[in-house]
Amino acid sequence: MTDEKISQAEKDEAAYFTERAKAAAAAGSAPAAGPKEHTLFDVQEMELNFGPQHPSTHGVLRLVLRVDGERILEAKPDVGYLHRGTEKLFETETYPMGIPHTDRMDYVAAATNNHAFCLAVEKLLGVEIPRRARLIRVILDELQRLSSHLVWLGTSGIDLGAVTPFWYAFREREQILDFFEEYCGARLTLNCMRIGGLPFDLTQGWTERLSEFVRDLPSRIDDYEQLLTDNRIWKKRTVGVGVISAEECIEWGLTGPILRASGKEWDLRRAQPYECYEELDFVVPTRQNGDTYDRYIVRVQEMRQSARILQQCLEKLQPGEIRGKVPRVIKPVAEEVYASIESPKGELGFYCVSNGSNRPYRMHVRPPSFINLQALPRLAKGHLVSDLVALIGTIDIVLGEVDR
Amino acid sequence: MADESKAHEEKKPRPEATDASGHPWVRSIRAAVPDAVVSAKEFAGQVTVVVAKDAIARVARHLKDGEDFKYCVDVTAVDWKDRQPRFDVVYHFYSFSKNDRIRVKCGAADGEEVPSIATVFLAANWCERETYDMFGIRFAGHPDLRRILTWEGFNGYPLRKDFPLEGIDTGAAIYPEEWPDGGGPPMKDPNRKVVS
Repeated sequence: MTDEKISQAEKDEAAYFTERAKAAAAAGSAPAAGPKEHTLFDVQEMELNFGPQHPSTHGVLRLVLRVDGERILEAKPDVGYLHRGTEKLFETETYPMGIPHTDRMDYVAAATNNHAFCLAVEKLLGVEIPRRARLIRVILDELQRLSSHLVWLGTSGIDLGAVTPFWYAFREREQILDFFEEYCGARLTLNCMRIGGLPFDLTQGWTERLSEFVRDLPSRIDDYEQLLTDNRIWKKRTVGVGVISAEECIEWGLTGPILRASGKEWDLRRAQPYECYEELDFVVPTRQNGDTYDRYIVRVQEMRQSARILQQCLEKLQPGEIRGKVPRVIKPVAEEVYASIESPKGELGFYCVSNGSNRPYRMHVRPPSFINLQALPRLAKGHLVSDLVALIGTIDIVLGEVDR
Repeated sequence: MADESKAHEEKKPRPEATDASGHPWVRSIRAAVPDAVVSAKEFAGQVTVVVAKDAIARVARHLKDGEDFKYCVDVTAVDWKDRQPRFDVVYHFYSFSKNDRIRVKCGAADGEEVPSIATVFLAANWCERETYDMFGIRFAGHPDLRRILTWEGFNGYPLRKDFPLEGIDTGAAIYPEEWPDGGGPPMKDPNRKVVS
């Protein structure tokens, strides 16, 4: 093929994608099922079980699909295969004993779970957290956000046939897990926060190694983007797939990158800052089309912002206390609070009811994955079964959090 | 706000709840849905409004359309075993324009139905299903009220305070019954363990 032909083909393709994105955004919903095509056999509809044991469901999610050929007429999620009764367990153990249970909910983002749990109890107690502890918490949160997004990037790439980004993403994730391991001894179930502060101070040389890692990170993210952002196959699989408007996101309770990819600039780190996010300089990335491709872009941009936040936190870090003044036996007043943070997947909230004893009377979790998964039937309607795989990936669910 | 002493817990200044019946949102609910508001309080900057059970759907509609609480964060319940009414159904709403949350609660006795808000907020659909699954509170007018985390046919409500932590015998076996060689109906196994 001559160069002219190639450039013409690229132009045509760019026009095709803009057209497709525009049409999808204008319709504001999934493309309607087209005119009935002639089928070889006279089967119009059938029911199909998707999961619970299927590699692209990211765990034990079962979907009952009603399909017409390859087109999905209806998708009914069936969850609960990983239900362990975490909320019941919280009620039977003291407040500090609840923290390890939170690790097992969103098991690719344990630090943010710990954080939300501790925030709820701290709000109930009215405890002041030392500045160093706040900064280290933010560092751990952002590292966790990076590692969660990297898992998402790798696995959802594999779902759509892009195997290469997985190896790059897990290369950096491995380094992040090493940082966690050095800090608290665990790589996944971190248990790295305590009510009122942190369990440990940072080890010797941790910050230096982290700042080295953070310095290299933008170029690493460039590597992923080089593989996917302008990749024709990736775009064909994601542009215009699963379009949802910001109004509909709010109606369905969708938060996190899904909401931001639909054009609503809402991030709890900015809207209701906790710890020291109000003094940090970062951008809340948004996109307008609200399709799978935009959600990918938003997550990649968030990774870049996380690197910026980490850089700033490392600069601000000063020696000091890492635990606030917390009573030895935690017995909050008989009240109720709701505390939430921006987890990698959306708003993660804990609703804590105390009756004045040393155990929570009721500890309810508002898991972002569970609420976000609810909109999957809406997103999947009218798409092909192969797009469903892209959509499960783009919602970024962790079944441990869905089922708790 | 900081807790000053470790040894003398009584002396600590503890955060307290204040009355919030004069709060603008509470006044607004009272004006829009008369006789709905039972009480209101504020703790740690969070407003809690207790409303009558039958008015909850109208209160939710008013909060959504009148007060711009467009985002239903969460629906759950609390079991106060010995109290009358036994349950509190708890709703959290968030307003993007106010950048604030409101908590609405209503009491429900055992076996009583609560009006569903799943038609007002789509997000409440699964939350109400979960509440039904865990507490056995039925929501009147819910489009699809089925168990969600436990399975169809499970005969218990796990988050009720009288549900034992170790679980109940539901008849589900941890390993299958023994099957005779060469086919035929399963043999009765006296050692077959049954757990929840």
